[in-house]
Amino acid sequence: MLVLDKINAGYGSAQILRDVSLEAKPGEILCLFGRNGAGKTTIMKAIMGLVRTTAGVITLGGQNISRLRADQIPKCGIGYIPQGRRLFSELTVEENIEAGLLVSNGGQVVKQRVLDMFPPLKSRLDQQAGTLSGGEQQMLATARALAIEPKVLLLDEPTEGLQPSMIEQIRNVVVQMRDEGVAVILVEQRVDAVLSIANRVTFIENGYSRETLNASVLNSDKSLLDKYVGV
Amino acid sequence: MEFGPNLIIALIEGSVQAAVLTLIAVGLSLVFGVMRVVNVAHGEFFMLGAVLAWAVASFVGGHPAVSFILALIIAPLLVGILAAAADILILKRINYDPENTIVATIGILYIIQQMTLITYGPDARPVEPPFNHRFSIPWFEYTEQGYSMYWPWGLGTTSYKLFVVAAAVAVIVLLWLAISRTKAGLMMRATQLDRDMAQSFGIPVDRVNAIVFGVGAALAALGAVLIVPIQQAHYLMGGEPLLLAFIVVIIGGLGSLPGTIVAAVFIGLSDGIISIFFAPTLAKILSTLLVAFVLIFRPQGLFGKAVR
Repeated sequence: MLVLDKINAGYGSAQILRDVSLEAKPGEILCLFGRNGAGKTTIMKAIMGLVRTTAGVITLGGQNISRLRADQIPKCGIGYIPQGRRLFSELTVEENIEAGLLVSNGGQVVKQRVLDMFPPLKSRLDQQAGTLSGGEQQMLATARALAIEPKVLLLDEPTEGLQPSMIEQIRNVVVQMRDEGVAVILVEQRVDAVLSIANRVTFIENGYSRETLNASVLNSDKSLLDKYVGV
Repeated sequence: MEFGPNLIIALIEGSVQAAVLTLIAVGLSLVFGVMRVVNVAHGEFFMLGAVLAWAVASFVGGHPAVSFILALIIAPLLVGILAAAADILILKRINYDPENTIVATIGILYIIQQMTLITYGPDARPVEPPFNHRFSIPWFEYTEQGYSMYWPWGLGTTSYKLFVVAAAVAVIVLLWLAISRTKAGLMMRATQLDRDMAQSFGIPVDRVNAIVFGVGAALAALGAVLIVPIQQAHYLMGGEPLLLAFIVVIIGGLGSLPGTIVAAVFIGLSDGIISIFFAPTLAKILSTLLVAFVLIFRPQGLFGKAVR
């Protein structure tokens, strides 16, 4: 289980996160909802060690990972699909997946497994990642993160700019990961696209973590969505 | 001598210069491409390679081939370790800030140069080449009986100069394979493209930086070991190669290895040809003018990508 306990973090002297606490359990999807600038992406970066925490503790399976170097975090089993995909654009599709395999040492078996999840990538292994379509890039970003064989998967706005059929495919993979016991933390602006697959939802507001609810509560009562996400 | 034989000599001399310049410039370009560090001390790593080659040759003695082979291994290795240590102890601590790294590498430049002056002295010292067979090159002339072959006086080269060109080509090919086909190369390219994401996939970018800085300096040192049997080792010999390497890297495109190689061959050959037919100073003036034109009309260099 990934636990954030009263995390403070920010960029330079600008503090963004204040006493953020949340838990992601194996086999569940935790959605983080909040307005633009609420601090959702910074939470992801803080977990990955890309933003230094100034207070609080992040633990994974009881192990404190908040003082580890950023390159040690994925070795603990945390996969990251950042906002905007951030592929290694000049590397080929195959090389991007191999970058994920650097952590897992899973070799051909894992590579074949992630390619089976995204068949369109199989015919584009030698193509530069930056030349793929938006949907294919999202597939590759997901495949690259899954090549780590993560215990925890962080997805930041995975449906951004995608057509409905592609959103459905990404949703299916996320659900499959959840069903295989992976703890998923999903940041998404489009509440309607992911609420149906979420198990729990934590609202983020002005750098604070507010209420955490079962997703079923929100499906029947949308008032909290209006409060924290509405414009 | 006629134009043709002179051109052959110019091409041979230019090729030797291009070969060594390619090694130096590729090292500089590699460091900038992966780390975004403008290494002003790069010329001093070249100089240190030459001085260490002399030191190894003097210490080992015996047949020149033995000491030369040892110098080829020891000098780049020591210079690479020194550069990696400089990265860890200095550049990493200033977070690779662009302005601060320029100042820091100027400091490294003077430390290496003055330490060399104190320990090695101001003299230029030769290193004996491992082999140096001189051979003549034939040329053709048109006579009443048609074309006939003859051996113009002065048209020739040495086996060592040809070895320098072949060795540089072999090193560049090996480097290319290492970057494009190995796991270490993948880590290097991923770090170059996106440092944060590289870390998010377990790549230790600090270690990659130290290795790249070391490899870049080792390439310059290797170029120096190759050239020192032709040029002699001197504590001020790092200035001109640094200037030429910057010219090459700017023309080729900062961080672009193919661009650097093409530009190094072009600048090396043109430098050789202009130096033979006109004057070495004119060659440097034209190279600098070319850089000015590139900066005005194509600031990203011939092979670089424009920043949007």
